[in-house]
Amino acid sequence: MGRQLLINDLDKEGIATLAGYKANGGYAALEKALKMKPEEVVSEVQKSGLRGRGGAGFPTGMKWSFIAKPPGVPRYLVCNADESEPGTFKDRYLMQRKPHILIEGMIISSFALGANTSYIYIRGEMMYQFHILEKAIQEAYDAGYLGKNILGTGYDLDLYVHCGAGAYICGEETGLIESLEGKRGNPRIKPPFPAVKGVWQCPTVVNNVETLAAVVPIINMTGDEYAKIGIGKSTGTKLISASGHINKPGVYEIELGVPVEEFIYSDVYCGGIKNGKKMKAVVAGGSSVPILPTELILKTAKGEPRLMSYESLNDGGFISGTMLGSGGFIVMDEDTSVVKNLWNFTRFYHHESCGQCSPCREGTGWMEKILHKFLDGHATVKDIDLLWDIQSKIDSRTICPLGEAAAWPVASTIRHFRSEFEEYINKGEGFKDVKHYFRVNNLQPA
Amino acid sequence: MPKVTIDGQTIEVPEGTSILNAARLIGGEIVPPAMCYYTKLETSGGYCRTCMVKVVKGSEKDPRPMPKLVASCRQPVMDGMEVQNITSPEVVEARAGVVEFLLMNHPLDCPICDQAGECNLQDLGFEHGKEGTRYEFGRREFEKKDIGDKIQLHMTRCILCYRCVKVADQLCPSRVHGVMNRGDVSEISTYIEKAIDSEMSGNMIDVCPVGALTDKTFRFKSRVWFTKPVEAHRNCTKCSGNVRLWFKGEDVLRVTGRKDQWGEVKEFICNECRYDKKSVSDWVIEQPTHVDRHSVISQNHYENLKQIKLDVKKLKK
Repeated sequence: MGRQLLINDLDKEGIATLAGYKANGGYAALEKALKMKPEEVVSEVQKSGLRGRGGAGFPTGMKWSFIAKPPGVPRYLVCNADESEPGTFKDRYLMQRKPHILIEGMIISSFALGANTSYIYIRGEMMYQFHILEKAIQEAYDAGYLGKNILGTGYDLDLYVHCGAGAYICGEETGLIESLEGKRGNPRIKPPFPAVKGVWQCPTVVNNVETLAAVVPIINMTGDEYAKIGIGKSTGTKLISASGHINKPGVYEIELGVPVEEFIYSDVYCGGIKNGKKMKAVVAGGSSVPILPTELILKTAKGEPRLMSYESLNDGGFISGTMLGSGGFIVMDEDTSVVKNLWNFTRFYHHESCGQCSPCREGTGWMEKILHKFLDGHATVKDIDLLWDIQSKIDSRTICPLGEAAAWPVASTIRHFRSEFEEYINKGEGFKDVKHYFRVNNLQPA
Repeated sequence: MPKVTIDGQTIEVPEGTSILNAARLIGGEIVPPAMCYYTKLETSGGYCRTCMVKVVKGSEKDPRPMPKLVASCRQPVMDGMEVQNITSPEVVEARAGVVEFLLMNHPLDCPICDQAGECNLQDLGFEHGKEGTRYEFGRREFEKKDIGDKIQLHMTRCILCYRCVKVADQLCPSRVHGVMNRGDVSEISTYIEKAIDSEMSGNMIDVCPVGALTDKTFRFKSRVWFTKPVEAHRNCTKCSGNVRLWFKGEDVLRVTGRKDQWGEVKEFICNECRYDKKSVSDWVIEQPTHVDRHSVISQNHYENLKQIKLDVKKLKK
């Protein structure tokens, strides 16, 4: 197993408390950072090559350098802890086990950005983690890491945890900002971007939990050292939430650049496929990235072994590649129906669409109904083409990326598993999944 | 001032103008349709996606094309920008897709809808849609609701353009009107069925592009193309008093704001003018409204003119 920087000391006693965290070297990075200039912290993060861990993989240092700095206008840092992508559960794990690394990372980042107020927007369902964070923040206030004049440097910071109401769309950064302001969580139309007009119309940076936590080891070990971990432009370590038909599901911290094959079959990671079955497909980065069949996830279209990195997983674009996304690694064995899986994903996006722009509002529901038709055995060949046409009319025609997130799984499943759709059509009524039918129609099996 | 080229026609517009407004200044076929954008309402637009255009050249400084189709109502023009609207097959196709999405859950009850004849969605479907729909499932339905005693909300027809929400937000002092739920079951609603008692609430009817919000004093009185519009005004303390009266015979059937050629009202009017002044003696009549000949409202509108022409011809003989 490679180096671990975020979850290396979770087995230490009391790591969730301030005393335990400090005993294991916590808040050393903060003390170091507060002695530096804010620009130096930003340049350290730029040197590290850290990329956003929430899904898009945008370079964090560059994002920070974009923030507008008009005089007299406050700036804000918002931590996106609204982790609700199906298949992703890394942020929740980190916040629950080691809340102080997030708080320390946020103080350093706020200092670098010149923000005096910062927010953690946490998903409504994560009440347990919400209370853990509240407690940890109180501890940090009591120890003088938050509040006025932090560690005697004259820097003030107030940190708040804001609990959402549990909507996937509020994980989109402008939707999150709207929700944080107390409005309906509808994503805003860009431009202006949050770096110019974000929370309360002031410059804002929104970062994922893992991104902000990664700032702590970067300051501790310097950006240049951090950049040595990983491969190419994918530097550092990444938390991967592995789930599905594998022997050892859970959260793993990997050095970027581990081969996918090793990650799935090695005993230090997923430990192979459950019950000795064969692997059929993998969703590599949370439900919204394209699904890939075994031969394409293990090797790229050119025949090179695929690595767990932003570039390697993206090799081949959307034709034969996928994305690292938020690191929700879902493995499916040979008995899984990808059509049913797709229906489940699409149902999720239908349920979570905010209803603002028409392609996503109407299209997601339409796709779900057509997929339901497949499962019920009433579909025809025309429906596959229709499904393809609908997804192409949602993709990149919407305000926020939820439209794309809903369209990509549909496109990739049809692209790689068209034969399975045809199987559903050919078997017709005989294939009807009774259990599924009962569940959807709220019936009790006889 | 930035110069923008839309479908080969170049125009110079003030800084910050949107592509849509630049196209409207040029006029003609190249103007993208807009279902949710409303010049008078701030932050409106961007939702319906019918006005999407392709930007093939970002600006003089940065000539890269924009990767996605952009909503022309919210995208400001840059100097040297080149835009394709009807000349891009991608845009035409995308727009047809949006029309299909918008009509998917629309009941298509035009024969009994008061908006028929002046409905933006009818025009949009006619001009940019394709024949037939591929949607074969049930359409969403809602109960009819009263918003106050003068406005009827028929949510089933709504296309969620958010225009009425912006009216409630920007014209009415206390906002009790908004969107509830999410996705394709989201609905326009008021706070616990509360009536909107603002003086300007009636403008929601005017801004609604479809028949979702209708005037209860006019409901089922007449098809719009049987009524004749004239411009009129009165001295009103609450609004400008510049309105449009819709006559059937000698009776004023309804009062609305004056709409321009893009279907947007020029001045918002108050509820007193809209609902209470329905007698000819309340108004000073200015002139007949100019109705576009392609509009269904022009049906019968020029009948008298034709008669006069015939009479003149006869006299000449």
